[in-house]
Amino acid sequence: MNRQADNRQLQINILRYNPQDPDSLPRMQLYEIEEADNMTLFMVLTEIREQQDPSLQFDFVCRAGICGSCGMLINGRPGLACRTLTKNMGEKVTLAPLPTFELIADLSVNTGMWMRAMSEHLETWLHNNEELDVDKLEQRMEPELAEQIYELDRCIECGCCVAACGTLQMNDKFIGAVGLNKVARFRLDPRDQRDDADYFELVGDDNGIFGCMSLLGCNDLCPKDLPLQTQIAFLRRKMMLMGLKGSRKHSSN
Amino acid sequence: MKIVYTDVLVIGGGLAGLRAAIAAKRRGHDVNILSLVPSKRSHSVAAQGGMQASLANSIKGEGDNEDIHFEDTVRGSDWGADQEVVRMFVNTSPKAVRELAAWGVPWNRVHKGEREVFIGGKSAMLTESDSAHGLITARDFGGTRKWRTSFVSDGTGHSMLYTVSDQVIANSIPVTERVEAMSLIHDGQRCFGAVVRNLISGELTAWVAKVTCMATGGFGRIYRVSTNAMINQGIGAAIALETGVAALGNMEAIQFHPTAIFPAGILVTEGCRGDGGLLLDKKQHRFMPDYEPEKKELASRDVVARRMEQHIKSGSGVQTRYGEHLWLDITMLGREHIDKNLREVREICQYFLGIDPVTELIPVRPAQHYSMGGIRTRPSGESAALKGLFACGEAACWDMHGFNRLGGNSVAETVVAGMIIGEYMADFCDSVDSDIDISTSQVSDFIKREQHSIDSLLSSRGTERAPDILREMQTLMTDKVGIFRSREHLQEAVEQLQALHARSSNIGLSGYSAAVNPELVSAYRVRRMLKLALCVAYGALQRTESRGAHYREDFPERNDRDWLKRTLATWPESGQTLPTLAYEELNVTAMELPPGWRGYGAKDYIEHPDSADRQAEIEQLKQSMAGADRYAIQAALMQYEELLPPLYRGRNERLGDKTE
Repeated sequence: MNRQADNRQLQINILRYNPQDPDSLPRMQLYEIEEADNMTLFMVLTEIREQQDPSLQFDFVCRAGICGSCGMLINGRPGLACRTLTKNMGEKVTLAPLPTFELIADLSVNTGMWMRAMSEHLETWLHNNEELDVDKLEQRMEPELAEQIYELDRCIECGCCVAACGTLQMNDKFIGAVGLNKVARFRLDPRDQRDDADYFELVGDDNGIFGCMSLLGCNDLCPKDLPLQTQIAFLRRKMMLMGLKGSRKHSSN
Repeated sequence: MKIVYTDVLVIGGGLAGLRAAIAAKRRGHDVNILSLVPSKRSHSVAAQGGMQASLANSIKGEGDNEDIHFEDTVRGSDWGADQEVVRMFVNTSPKAVRELAAWGVPWNRVHKGEREVFIGGKSAMLTESDSAHGLITARDFGGTRKWRTSFVSDGTGHSMLYTVSDQVIANSIPVTERVEAMSLIHDGQRCFGAVVRNLISGELTAWVAKVTCMATGGFGRIYRVSTNAMINQGIGAAIALETGVAALGNMEAIQFHPTAIFPAGILVTEGCRGDGGLLLDKKQHRFMPDYEPEKKELASRDVVARRMEQHIKSGSGVQTRYGEHLWLDITMLGREHIDKNLREVREICQYFLGIDPVTELIPVRPAQHYSMGGIRTRPSGESAALKGLFACGEAACWDMHGFNRLGGNSVAETVVAGMIIGEYMADFCDSVDSDIDISTSQVSDFIKREQHSIDSLLSSRGTERAPDILREMQTLMTDKVGIFRSREHLQEAVEQLQALHARSSNIGLSGYSAAVNPELVSAYRVRRMLKLALCVAYGALQRTESRGAHYREDFPERNDRDWLKRTLATWPESGQTLPTLAYEELNVTAMELPPGWRGYGAKDYIEHPDSADRQAEIEQLKQSMAGADRYAIQAALMQYEELLPPLYRGRNERLGDKTE
């Protein structure tokens, strides 16, 4: 990176804590680093670890904004560190791990475990028990529908919506916008044989669609600009209709 | 000492490993997947542009079939590929796309009627047939004669990885995240599993398995400028090398992608050029037709990357304080197309360059992108040296890419290899050959050895620092073992890498804790990466010809007479400072497509003595079979079908050529 005499000195204040280490206590630690052109927080943290503090823990995989590994609180707001440019921020930057998730150490949290549990709970895979013959022509799909499904399929499970969720602060069983969006995605997909009664079983309660308080931090902070607000509203309406009709299980009670 | 037993141990949670795991699980075996990161964060997610499969639905794919995909792939490989494996691949790829469609991948679809496209920067109208409406469509990619690349906008790998990953969850296959394989447990003939380190607690566990499958991806991070994810450090290939018996094939075959954004090295997809984008120089002149009149921007990646660097050397690059670059122009495609089909590209440009590719040019320069080489396997995916050790995906040298991989063939290889090799792994588990007779005390010895090595690193107060060594290695590789290679530079690289390797035994750490210790991790990884770098540089030094992505300025011709062979690198003694190289001949007399001109790139090559005879033999055979169907002719030229699991031998149905 090219350095200039007039480059800013950034002050990076990081919440440090290593639960694996019995002597570690949560604390803020300040690092100073000279800014470079087009510097991202990925570059900042890598340089701090290489030059100043080899123990600093964080997660970057793709460093291109597509893998969802580097969600963290950047000046208090959840975001992807790898594509956050320092030039868009002041000289003082505060970094902390995403809340809600299990802390691994420093800026690293266990989003993978949370997301797997969510996927198992909501069964976020296509449900279809037709026999498939891979030698035959594929089932047709309207081109526009395929594009609409992809629009919802773009979620990268970074956890920013989970960290930004007011409901989750009060109810840790809430499935979050990430889960609701996935239900909306499979509901839209005609290849999935589940119907609204099935989805009602999954999300028709206060841990699902009716738990959302519509604070919509998820919608404001989703790095992929997923249409979470409209999807949650739409799903709520459909699930309410289903609830009024009575789901299969409830109607038999 | 903790020991876990399973039937199938898959190391690597990307597409190849996940798909292989599903295959074995469906056959009734107990399967466990280990991954450095949550599997949905694997580098498979970064495949943007698409996956090649000869579905032939779109009007520009009309007439496409396995034969043409086969020829394109072999020409792309510069005849380095194993042609039987390419045949296995092209027959299975359409099945893979269709399976993924049934699992939920929202492939872009054909829309009947007229649509505007850009070909070579110029607008053209295409009319898609009514009968193809709603089937999976395709875009153009480099080095192909048909539009064959199935895609999901420019998030193909993302949709594929999420779909397959969710299928793994649906099949109740456990994925143990944030763990790293440290060594393979073996006796020189049989692989019994791996010693695995928990990256959070630092704890070592032995996983003992009938089958161990390495699906650990590529090793692009031995280079300074790479499109690869940070985790692509090749540790899986390195620990296979460290068995002393397993061989790494064609490690010098490294692909450089033409369009990485400059200077960050982040990929923008070949789909940009496939969809009609152009490469421009500092005068905004479209230079590729000057060099490559046949395929222009859509020659194979090795050729385009080389022409770009050549053009920069001739003084036509755009000068900046970070060095020189060229431009990628996709402005003619328009906002609607870019927002729909190249939206990740647009996001990357906006976030990392602060530009909008709808109206502005994208600064690009080739960067390391793919490792054609890897753990050498048979067509079944099994190592010839270690029974029970399998490899698939980028980690493997299966070898369908030879010396240059076509765009759209890697993400395709991941799932296709997973399907095929997963079946072979299950077959192996079903056979008596898979019985294991290793004692727990022998397993414990492997754990103890690894523990000792970590303990000595943790207590070392050596004077070298891992980040310094890593940086020096990466710089060396990019500067001296890059797109243009020569004896002088390669010799220097090998010597300097050896010196770095020696220095790496004197790495000191500042902390003592094994738990969450990134400094410890980089210390043991850099030593292994250096071994891979030495395989690449030393293999490149010995290969005195130019083939595919391996280009020697001092030996600019492809030399089939002396070099139609695969490099095999092993590391028999841990004290060696260089790999041991051996060579595996490719048999021209058995080839379906003997070596010739690729249809783009250099026209001169040194012919193999058997090429002309084989070519004549093929022509005679085709004449004698005039009127026979293409399947019969293919079978007469090169038998491969028995190499495929019976499940995947079927003929692929297409519009217009119904198979019953």
